[in-house]
Amino acid sequence: MIAVVEATGSNFSSVRFALRRLKADVTVTNDWSVISEADHVILPGVGSAAAAMEKLHDAGLAQRIPSLTQPVLGICLGMQVMFAHSEEGDTRCLGIFAGNVTRLTTAPGLPVPHMGWNTVGSEWAYFVHAYAAAPGPGTVATTEYGNAFSSIVCRDNFTGVQFHPERSAEFGSRILQSFVTDSIRNPTWISSLQST
Amino acid sequence: MLARRIIPCLDVRDGKVVKGVRFRDHRIVGDIVELAVRYRQEGADELVFYDITASPQNRSVDVTWVKRVAAELDIPFCVAGGIRSVDHAKRVLEAGADKISVNTPAVRRPSLIDELVSEVGTQCVVVGIDSDTVDGEYSVHANAGDPAQTEIISRRTLAWIAEVQERGAGEIVLNCMSHDGVRTGYDTEQLAAAREVCDVPLIASGGAGSANHFADAFADTGVDGCLAASVFHSGELAIPELKRYLLSRGVRVRLNSYATDRDKNQHDGRIQA
Repeated sequence: MIAVVEATGSNFSSVRFALRRLKADVTVTNDWSVISEADHVILPGVGSAAAAMEKLHDAGLAQRIPSLTQPVLGICLGMQVMFAHSEEGDTRCLGIFAGNVTRLTTAPGLPVPHMGWNTVGSEWAYFVHAYAAAPGPGTVATTEYGNAFSSIVCRDNFTGVQFHPERSAEFGSRILQSFVTDSIRNPTWISSLQST
Repeated sequence: MLARRIIPCLDVRDGKVVKGVRFRDHRIVGDIVELAVRYRQEGADELVFYDITASPQNRSVDVTWVKRVAAELDIPFCVAGGIRSVDHAKRVLEAGADKISVNTPAVRRPSLIDELVSEVGTQCVVVGIDSDTVDGEYSVHANAGDPAQTEIISRRTLAWIAEVQERGAGEIVLNCMSHDGVRTGYDTEQLAAAREVCDVPLIASGGAGSANHFADAFADTGVDGCLAASVFHSGELAIPELKRYLLSRGVRVRLNSYATDRDKNQHDGRIQA
């Protein structure tokens, strides 16, 4: 069973639908007993970092999520809250990844939010975000938008993707499929990405 | 680097696509999911569904079709038309749409934008603007979807673009009315002026009739995406061909593997419009 954490996203229908297309068994929940027993955990994310962290605290999940040992995938804001801190609302986050999430810089030719299809390695992925993490120790792929930012981070059983796999056509399906079926570490989609 | 987006727009009434769409091998009429998936396979970067269902007051809004699309589609889509309240917007987003677009209701009551942004987030809120020249200045129009009811609003387009951004809009679709439906190209002059004052993604609408119109819009105005309807639905321009042409003109676009293979396989399969 895949637990989709309700607290970090107001809009997780698309994630749920994408997992159902893969015939996965999905539960949307804030219940720690369900989350801790799930085979996989997804932190979706649409909204603001401060609101998401507040909800995680309210649900008693903020301290507990970093202790999960099954594969955990953070999507967009769900990835951002895995970092130590977000500039968005000056928010202390989960601290699974070191480093800070900062606002993308607007410049001529670089509208913010960064919205649309951009490359992750040799693949196209769909992004919608105004904040991002600079490349750091956990970074396994970066994407260019003015500067390079972390588009995939990975540490132990925790993976974060700044794009939306549920809206990234074939590449996104491959990521979710791999997340659903792979055993705990070194998901094959990341190694295939690095080799391209 | 970010790709420029190609965005087909489909008119929806009562959960059905109003006009048939011609693809290479056949014409699809009505079925919204079949059409959406087909456009996705052709390489559309996102889709806009313009809901033209008449919505008398107090009638609850039917979002079943949004759910059906969301269940099948793995590229982003936006729902436009008839959204007047935060509650309605939330229902559409909860059904699985990625963005909602507001136009006339935002002109009538600009604080709607602020309310939407605080409830659903900047990234989900698109503001559509219908604009045409009045007394030598670009001016906002309301109800532009219905010529009988269209009215000129005492707002200048460029000032309105600045205002909706301040209110938190995450994207702007600028429909240049004098070019809409005539298929002689996008209004590059107006779009370039809009780009000057627009720091969020800007989408061009109105006027696409051939591949070079898209290339000109991207090259001359710096828009992030081009929206079009009839040029795609008529089968005159297929998205894989359009994207290959844009690449040849130096425009960065996403070619998905499906479209690339299909193009290779069907290189001589010109469209029989």
